[in-house]
Amino acid sequence: MIPDLGKYADTVLSAYAASLVLMAALVVFYIYRSRKSRRALEQIEQRMRRDG
Amino acid sequence: MKALLLRDLKLAVRAGGGFGLGLAFFLIVVVLVPFGVGPESGLLSRIAPGVLWIGALLACLLSLDRIFALDWEDGSLDLLATAPVPLEGIVTMKALAHWLTTGLPLVLAAPALAILLNLPTEGFVWLVVSLGAGTPALSVIGTFGAALTVGIKRGGLLLSLLVLPLYVPTLIFGAEVARRGAEGMATQVPVLMLAGITFAAVALLPFASAAVLRINLR
Amino acid sequence: MSIWEYANPKKFMDTTGPVLPWIGALAAVLLVVGLFWGFFLTPDDYRQGSTVKIIYLHVPSAFLAINAWFMMLVASLIWLIRRHHVSALAAKAAAPVGATMTVIALVTGAIWGQPMWGTWWEWDPRLTSFLVLFLFYLGYMALWGAIENDDTAADLTSILCLVGSVFAILSRYAVNFWNQGLHQGASLSMDKEENVADVFWVPLLVCMGAFVLLFLYLVLTGTHTEIRARRTRALLARERMS
Repeated sequence: MIPDLGKYADTVLSAYAASLVLMAALVVFYIYRSRKSRRALEQIEQRMRRDG
Repeated sequence: MKALLLRDLKLAVRAGGGFGLGLAFFLIVVVLVPFGVGPESGLLSRIAPGVLWIGALLACLLSLDRIFALDWEDGSLDLLATAPVPLEGIVTMKALAHWLTTGLPLVLAAPALAILLNLPTEGFVWLVVSLGAGTPALSVIGTFGAALTVGIKRGGLLLSLLVLPLYVPTLIFGAEVARRGAEGMATQVPVLMLAGITFAAVALLPFASAAVLRINLR
Repeated sequence: MSIWEYANPKKFMDTTGPVLPWIGALAAVLLVVGLFWGFFLTPDDYRQGSTVKIIYLHVPSAFLAINAWFMMLVASLIWLIRRHHVSALAAKAAAPVGATMTVIALVTGAIWGQPMWGTWWEWDPRLTSFLVLFLFYLGYMALWGAIENDDTAADLTSILCLVGSVFAILSRYAVNFWNQGLHQGASLSMDKEENVADVFWVPLLVCMGAFVLLFLYLVLTGTHTEIRARRTRALLARERMS
């Protein structure tokens, strides 16, 4: 499956691993914050509607 | 504006104004370095220009939050902003006062501290020249940083984080002048670059600082 | 149709909201395709061996690290001149992406440099200026976080971005000068474009596209988050008033 990376296998794999982890963390962070803000807004909008 | 400058100078020299603190800090940094890297004089004389520059830069940084903080707290900054003098001029005077109370003493003290670090004799002139040409830029850039963080409580750390990256070009060219001078190489290009940065900073940054102050005073 | 219409947050949300998932999906697909292509289907470089595969991460992230700052600069200008609220928030949303991209570029560069130069870190002009750029991102984000009033924060960070841009460019040249002064002649060419052949070029382009779309997706998502957060704060304030 993994192509023959020769003597630099560690180098290439660690670079990919580090980058993908960082990017995944970034995306997760953005989506998490987006969800959270949406929930907060919906909550307060509902409350405002209920209370008039 | 002259009155403002005199007032700031007086406030700084008065007890508790922080005058001399920067100098003491500079001294301590320079004394600590040999403890950290070892007492070998060859090594010390090689790193002396850089250490002196970094020491001066940190000493300068230390006193930045005083530029506006006191005036902000007691409300005199609002008065100054409504005074008939343009805010840009006030900011420039503030920076000048900071340089006179912090930058200039550092420049004058640097040769004495250079002896401690075994700086080669040829380097002394260039050290003073580079600090003399570079520290005004440090004061002006620092004033901009101080204006940015004036409204923030405990903004000291943030101020360092904002200002230090802005100090990079000045530090590079300043230390380069001092190092080349100490090694007896040609210094013309870095001196000109350093002077260029200083002049440009003095000419342009007060506008940014004044704009930032206006926003903060809104 | 002009960007000024999107100064209205609601209009902005309504227009970009529906396309947002599509941008994200397209970014993900392109990223998978580009990286798969680059990782599995490209030959090794005769000099760099398999480490050449790192460019599919390194070059796009470095590209974005610089251009994210540039986008923030433009957005800051638009905010300062026209008080375009969405623009200020977009600049805020772009900063963490830019900072992360800078880190990715630095990390991949360091990992690549280890076997190539024999050291993790070399005070090479490009590496050094990226490190400085990262410091600028940190300061920018810290300033956003420190100020409570939204408009004040937008104003101050915008001016910081302007001033910072000038100093970032200055630093770039200063660092160039400084390093030549350090070791003359010992130049380490980081220029990989010069020997990039078509086999490497096409997947690289795909990866670039993927990173740009990812950036767009994240910035739009972040902007939406900020707009909602702002609206929530406003509603909370109104609730407390009544």
